[in-house]
Amino acid sequence: MAIFVDENTKVIYQGLTGSQGSFYGGRNAEYGTKVVAGTHPKKAGTDVNGVPIFASVAEAVAETGATASCIFIPAPGVRAAVMEAAEGGVEFIVCITEGVPAHDEAWFFNKLQRDFPNVQLLGPNCPGIISPGKCNIGITAGEIAKEPTAGGPNVGIVSRTGTLTYQALYELKLKDIGVSTCVGIGGDPVPGTSFIDCLERFEADDETQAIMMIGEIGGSAEEEAAEFIKANVSKPVVSYVAGVTAPPGKKMGHAGAIVSGGKGTAAAKREALEDAGVKVGSNPTEAGELMVGVVQNL
Amino acid sequence: MDLLEYQGKQFFAQYGIPVSDGEACTTVDDAVAIADRVGYPVVVKAQVHVGGRGKAGGVKLADNADEVREHAGNILGLDIKGHIVRTIWIEVASDIAEEYYASFTLDRSAKKHLGMLSAEGGVEIETVAEENPDAIAKIWIDPVDGLSEADARSWVEAANLNPDATDGAVDILTKLYTAYTEGDADLCEINPLILKPTGEVHALDAKVTLDGNSTYRHEDYEAYDATQVRDEREEDAHAKGLQYVGLDGYVGVIANGAGLAMSTVDIVNQVGGSPANFLDIGGGANADVMAGALETINNDPKVKSIFINIFGGITKGDEVANGIVTALGRVEIDAPIVIRLDGTNAAEGREILKSHESDMLQSKATMVEAAETVVALAKERGAQ
Repeated sequence: MAIFVDENTKVIYQGLTGSQGSFYGGRNAEYGTKVVAGTHPKKAGTDVNGVPIFASVAEAVAETGATASCIFIPAPGVRAAVMEAAEGGVEFIVCITEGVPAHDEAWFFNKLQRDFPNVQLLGPNCPGIISPGKCNIGITAGEIAKEPTAGGPNVGIVSRTGTLTYQALYELKLKDIGVSTCVGIGGDPVPGTSFIDCLERFEADDETQAIMMIGEIGGSAEEEAAEFIKANVSKPVVSYVAGVTAPPGKKMGHAGAIVSGGKGTAAAKREALEDAGVKVGSNPTEAGELMVGVVQNL
Repeated sequence: MDLLEYQGKQFFAQYGIPVSDGEACTTVDDAVAIADRVGYPVVVKAQVHVGGRGKAGGVKLADNADEVREHAGNILGLDIKGHIVRTIWIEVASDIAEEYYASFTLDRSAKKHLGMLSAEGGVEIETVAEENPDAIAKIWIDPVDGLSEADARSWVEAANLNPDATDGAVDILTKLYTAYTEGDADLCEINPLILKPTGEVHALDAKVTLDGNSTYRHEDYEAYDATQVRDEREEDAHAKGLQYVGLDGYVGVIANGAGLAMSTVDIVNQVGGSPANFLDIGGGANADVMAGALETINNDPKVKSIFINIFGGITKGDEVANGIVTALGRVEIDAPIVIRLDGTNAAEGREILKSHESDMLQSKATMVEAAETVVALAKERGAQ
């Protein structure tokens, strides 16, 4: 298995006609992802490298049976694009776009939860998701991910920060450890998918034997994940939290990455995770090495 | 984006929230003219992006023009925790019967908006939260529903304000919620929210943080951006559209993605070095962005060596390599560069760099190796 997406997932790209959309949509298709449609209100009937363009997600779903959507629409259009995807009938929405206002994110998170409880949103401002060898939606370079090995042990990755997601994939590949699914949840204030959503699924996933969790400073998502792990996760978890040396009060790029009022420090997160039995590395490489030790003992 | 008090009050006023009549200025003469217009007594208030103004002598009451002249003269140029006062706000003084606290912010755990109201205002809300948490009435608001007047009323009643303040508080809080949501604020805080002896409720202070991601739908926010406090390096980077935070060390850091940039800063520290900055060139960075980033780092006299740490996703390795080559042709880079390049098109990128490698430009396979090399180079060049 894998979580959220697999070899049967058919994906619509909202924004496939744009430069980012066509580049990454093309790469995802080359990887083997079932890229079945693009959408553009005025370009229906055309195609991008053979992928048909429909006027809306609803039309694309009706014609192709797609179950997922990937959004490469600029920030001002994201709120409408997310709702169009949910109303159009997909179950899984990946929003790559960065720079979405926090009030929009809070609004569509709650709107989806209420009106479309079966729809899972990933992002915004995330690298996407890859189930190596099966499906790659987003901007991850597929070649850095090692496919899961039959019988395992394989690792599930969940990460709050884009490039460190790739880093984690890469470290595991260098160490010849397969990956079931790698989920980049993004560093924004209201991520559609949380650490806990992923931990819960990895715990239930037969193909996943251990979990790698990459966090960063700011907020309390890592602390909440630690509590969840303590109570609900039996599989070993290895973690790394970025920003150990970040000065308080300075926003480190991500809207979420700020240590304020002594809260949200990497040290506090590390402590909470270690208290939940998680092995925490001081840098991505060390976390990779810790995972080698964990996997060898499985 | 943090607003100064006067900007926050102007922001509140746009949404009909009662604030004191006043005006901002930068000279003593203007301060007197404003005081004469609004009527005495007035309060002269330093406008800086830091708390504790009162204790530092940055807030003074003046009964007449001579006192305004004296206080304005003292406050302009005052150093409050490293922030020099350039602007002061003059407003008509208010009679205060009671002081409250009110705010809206996003509760990231609950994924709802959080309103906080307390009868214990005028002091740090963190102190109230610690010492007497029951004194803060909280309301979680679903952004889809918004804040109804009925909900606002039961919230106000739960806060045990003076009953005379109830109607005024409900009115201000519903307006404050509108300002918070329509204005795309991360934080709207009034401390103190006052009840006057005459029964009116009124915002005596304003603390507003706006979401930088929302500026595309608020053209007027550009003016606020101009008053943000940045050091010279941060100003230069900001003008180039780079995510830059100045630090105190000597290894210049350029990385793509906030997480990797943070991780790079961490690893430089861990191998015994000290980073000069955090710099995230972000997704979609091209040759121009990389060149700009190198220029920014190179302009920092404290930088002894430069660590470029790129993992290709949105930013492709060959674009990064071309950017570095272009930048090297454009500016004289004084410090040696160590590059660690991986991910999308990394092989093409490394190939491009190969012909340019020298003592001043090295490529390393791992983050740890690159960090050790870049710190050693900095120390060879006199970094301590």
